[in-house]
Amino acid sequence: MMHRPKLRSKRLAAILAVVTLGYSLINPITWADDAEDKGYDIAARSDRTDTGFGDSEVTAVMTLTNAAGATSTREMYFKTLERENEQVGDKSLTVFVTPRDVQGTALLSHAKILEPDDQWLFLPALKRVKRISSANKSGPFVGSEFAFEDFTSTELNKYKYKYIGEETVDGMTMDVVERFPLYENSGYTRQVAYVDQDVYQVRKIEFYDRKDSLLKTLSLEDYREYDGIWRTHKLVMTNHQTNKSTTLSYGDYTFGTGLSDNDFDKGVLKRIR
Amino acid sequence: MPKTMTAIDEFAVKLANFVIAKRWLVIFATLLITVGVASGARFLTFSNNYRDFFSEFNPELQAFEEFQNTYTKNDNFFFTIVPAEGDVFSNETLALVEELTTEAWQIPYSIRVDSLSNFQHTYAEEDDLIVEDLVKGAESLTADELAEKSEIALTEPLLRNQLVTADGRGIAVNVVVQYPEASPFEVPETVAFARDLRDRMLAKYPGHEIRMTGVSMLNNAFQEAGFADTTQMIPLMYLLLLVLMAVTVRSVSGTVVTLLMIAFASVIGMGAAGFARIGLTPIALSAPTIILTLAIADAVHILITMRNSMRAGMNKRDAIVEAVRVNFLAVMVTSLTTAIGFLALNFSDAPPFWHLGNISAVGIVVAWAMSITFLPAMISWLPMRAPKPKAETGNSFMGSLAGFVVRNNRKLFYGLGAVGVLLIAAMPRIEFNDQWTEYFSPSIQFRQDADFSNDYFGFYPIEFSVQSPGSGGVSEPEFLEKLDEFTAFLRTQPNVTHVYSLTDIMKRLNRNMHADEASWYTLPDDRELSAQYLLLYELSLPYGLDLNDRINIDKSATRVTATLSNISTTETKVFLDAARAWIAENAPDYMKTTVPTSAQVMFTYVAERNVSSMIAGNIAAIVAIGVVMMFALRSFTIGALSMVPNALPILSAFGAWALLVGTVGFSVAAVASVSLGIVVDDTVHFLSKFVRGVREKGYDRAGAIRYAFETVGYALVVNTVVLVVGFAYLATSHFKMNADLGLLTALAISFALIFDFLFLPALLLRGSGNWITNTNKDDRTGDTDDAQTQAAQ
Repeated sequence: MMHRPKLRSKRLAAILAVVTLGYSLINPITWADDAEDKGYDIAARSDRTDTGFGDSEVTAVMTLTNAAGATSTREMYFKTLERENEQVGDKSLTVFVTPRDVQGTALLSHAKILEPDDQWLFLPALKRVKRISSANKSGPFVGSEFAFEDFTSTELNKYKYKYIGEETVDGMTMDVVERFPLYENSGYTRQVAYVDQDVYQVRKIEFYDRKDSLLKTLSLEDYREYDGIWRTHKLVMTNHQTNKSTTLSYGDYTFGTGLSDNDFDKGVLKRIR
Repeated sequence: MPKTMTAIDEFAVKLANFVIAKRWLVIFATLLITVGVASGARFLTFSNNYRDFFSEFNPELQAFEEFQNTYTKNDNFFFTIVPAEGDVFSNETLALVEELTTEAWQIPYSIRVDSLSNFQHTYAEEDDLIVEDLVKGAESLTADELAEKSEIALTEPLLRNQLVTADGRGIAVNVVVQYPEASPFEVPETVAFARDLRDRMLAKYPGHEIRMTGVSMLNNAFQEAGFADTTQMIPLMYLLLLVLMAVTVRSVSGTVVTLLMIAFASVIGMGAAGFARIGLTPIALSAPTIILTLAIADAVHILITMRNSMRAGMNKRDAIVEAVRVNFLAVMVTSLTTAIGFLALNFSDAPPFWHLGNISAVGIVVAWAMSITFLPAMISWLPMRAPKPKAETGNSFMGSLAGFVVRNNRKLFYGLGAVGVLLIAAMPRIEFNDQWTEYFSPSIQFRQDADFSNDYFGFYPIEFSVQSPGSGGVSEPEFLEKLDEFTAFLRTQPNVTHVYSLTDIMKRLNRNMHADEASWYTLPDDRELSAQYLLLYELSLPYGLDLNDRINIDKSATRVTATLSNISTTETKVFLDAARAWIAENAPDYMKTTVPTSAQVMFTYVAERNVSSMIAGNIAAIVAIGVVMMFALRSFTIGALSMVPNALPILSAFGAWALLVGTVGFSVAAVASVSLGIVVDDTVHFLSKFVRGVREKGYDRAGAIRYAFETVGYALVVNTVVLVVGFAYLATSHFKMNADLGLLTALAISFALIFDFLFLPALLLRGSGNWITNTNKDDRTGDTDDAQTQAAQ
């Protein structure tokens, strides 16, 4: 007696499955939605491994290499204050140590998701704080191949996502996710991020320019874990169009140093030695 | 006959008999080889890079490559936009510029777009530094806003006369592209995209003129000029040769076979070029025309001899063997000297001349080989009637010419000698001009666009990488002061339309940092302050508009660009010398290494480079051709002496050109060795006849001269006409270098005939002739001239 309904429900499920599958095959929007969701999920999972660090301090050396192979370095340190709300970006303070001419020059940035970031710059030689009003997010950072947004914390909601598939790179299985900038004035049409399936860190990002040609590749190396928080310690950005490259090497991170909003107010800029 | 001659004659007879007996084998083998080698043509590509005109050893090219590696490649598209009326500060024109600026990012390989619309206008608002696009939302700007934009743009040193004319009539969008240089189609495809973009803009914004120039368009023009030459010149050349053949050979079969032969020779030349993976420049593409011209002579000699033999009653087969026998050595010698002249082009600094020389040499050698194999084989198969005996007409004229020359030898010797000396004295007046816009004939679109654009904007950038005292030194106040002086100096130079300098940015930033007070429009006097301004500025620039193309990465040097209007090479040199002199006198030691560089600088010295590198080439050609002449004339002394009447007409041709035209491009460097290889043929024929007249026929010198005129005069005239027509035809090329080369060579060949007819006999009647007749050697001059003897009959 129980056989028939069971059979019927099985058949119904099968029909439903076929219909659904068929529908999704002929309706790419459904697929796209799925791919978007999965892409977003992967990005969000990766982003979560980064959250909850509170605040951090780290030193960095940036090495620029031009097409002729000549190099030049700049040293700086970063202080970052996390803001848990995903609708606002983190606050960061960048202080230049070398070259000596710009020692003590400090950039305070209150990242925003879709609007231009709020930025103030302290020029020690001028002894003045200047607010920089610029709509430019993907402009190069101090002549390097990095845009400021390329190496500061990635904000989840700056992009729309699309899952592409899996790929094995350097023996690691990666989820490949495309992300499309949602903010204005981006120099990129899209980025392709490679996220490992093991600890969910972004290992490589390919940047496509306004005409959708491969512009740069960022490789994120030397990941280290600090109590569940993963940080890359070497970023290499290669510009394929100009054959220039920039390496950003971080020192050891310090977390939980007790930084607060007060340390990221434009008033503090003048007090940096 | 001397033993060696007999051996050569015997060989020629054996060859001719073999070729006739196995004619199908010969024809089949010829076709097979032709198809085989011609298949290499599939690898041929058109060059579309001006750098192909410079060898990798060219110091100006090396300097410019290093410069480009430090800053950025200078490949670009430059859109000049001019509204039908009024100035450019209208909603429509600015909207056009705004849209074109955005769309230009879609041009393949574009890495930077600069225009009025995305110019990063900086200004102060209390303690804020505002950085924004100068023109945004152009369509809805009010009249007041438009006037404000006009005011800002026309007073901004970085914009005025660079991206907008001072009178506001013209406006420009500059797109920097960087090609991966992986495929020959990159440039034409990118140009096609850019042209389509321009067409879309024109359709959307009628009432505007948009013209495209820039390095990418220049590179593309080389390709288009080469293509136009190939498709338009070569078919006409065949037609021209058809007429010449019909007049001289007067045989359908002979004409058909000759046309086949020269066509095979030129496709084999081009096929070989394909296998060598040569990127074809318009210069290399003149090779087919040159091969056609030179190859025809071999065939004409053999066919005319054959007809004459048949007229004299020989049967066709015997006439063919005889024609091969008597022409064998003459055709070989003339082909050899001509090929040597072309091969000497390998000494040039410009690879296109290597290609021209090698392709032509291959074609010449192939034409020679075919004239003694394929040609007799085909003729023996095709029908050919014996012509009716005909009264000789040419000889009487030649005879009276000889009489005239002998009678007036003194006047001719001194008169022509004086003319020659005067012309040669005029040689230094030749002025080199390698203004590359003018390489192209006005029928080429690029030339029209360049001429249009030149009315609004400068055309030739000259770059300086100005060195500072060291890393970060561009912020040093003393350096900035010097840089500012240098900039000011450049701006006072004639023909300079614009100077792009870091000092203008520094002054503007200093003013911005002081609440936009005009009195602060000065250079910062503190190194750290300047460095921090730069840092601030760099942080505010958008994607693609960074300072990497203006300051090197360790900030030890900055780039100054002076743009020159469309001026001649000589005027450019005046500018460059003035700039160098300023640096030598005024620059501090660390700045003294600053040198001007750019494509324009490369073209400015390309003529000198090639002339000096071709000196070695010409010496090599003279020595090698001299050796061939000694062999051909069978005497060391006569061979050496023969070089005098050969050098004289070539040098006189340069002198005549200096007086008639005045300027010449760098292709002049190729003329000497090429024309030497060709003009010696006339001398070989004339001298050998003269010597034979003295030694064999026992004539006195006047009689020997008459003998030479009567036997070889007509053939020399025919030969010269063919060559002059062929080379002068290069003047119709879309590429001026080819026209210069062709016309100068045609002039040299014409002069050679005049000197051989009027000066050489006079020379022979004087001391040197005496000396030759007294040279009582056992050996006699060879039969190299039999061909001409027969041909002249």
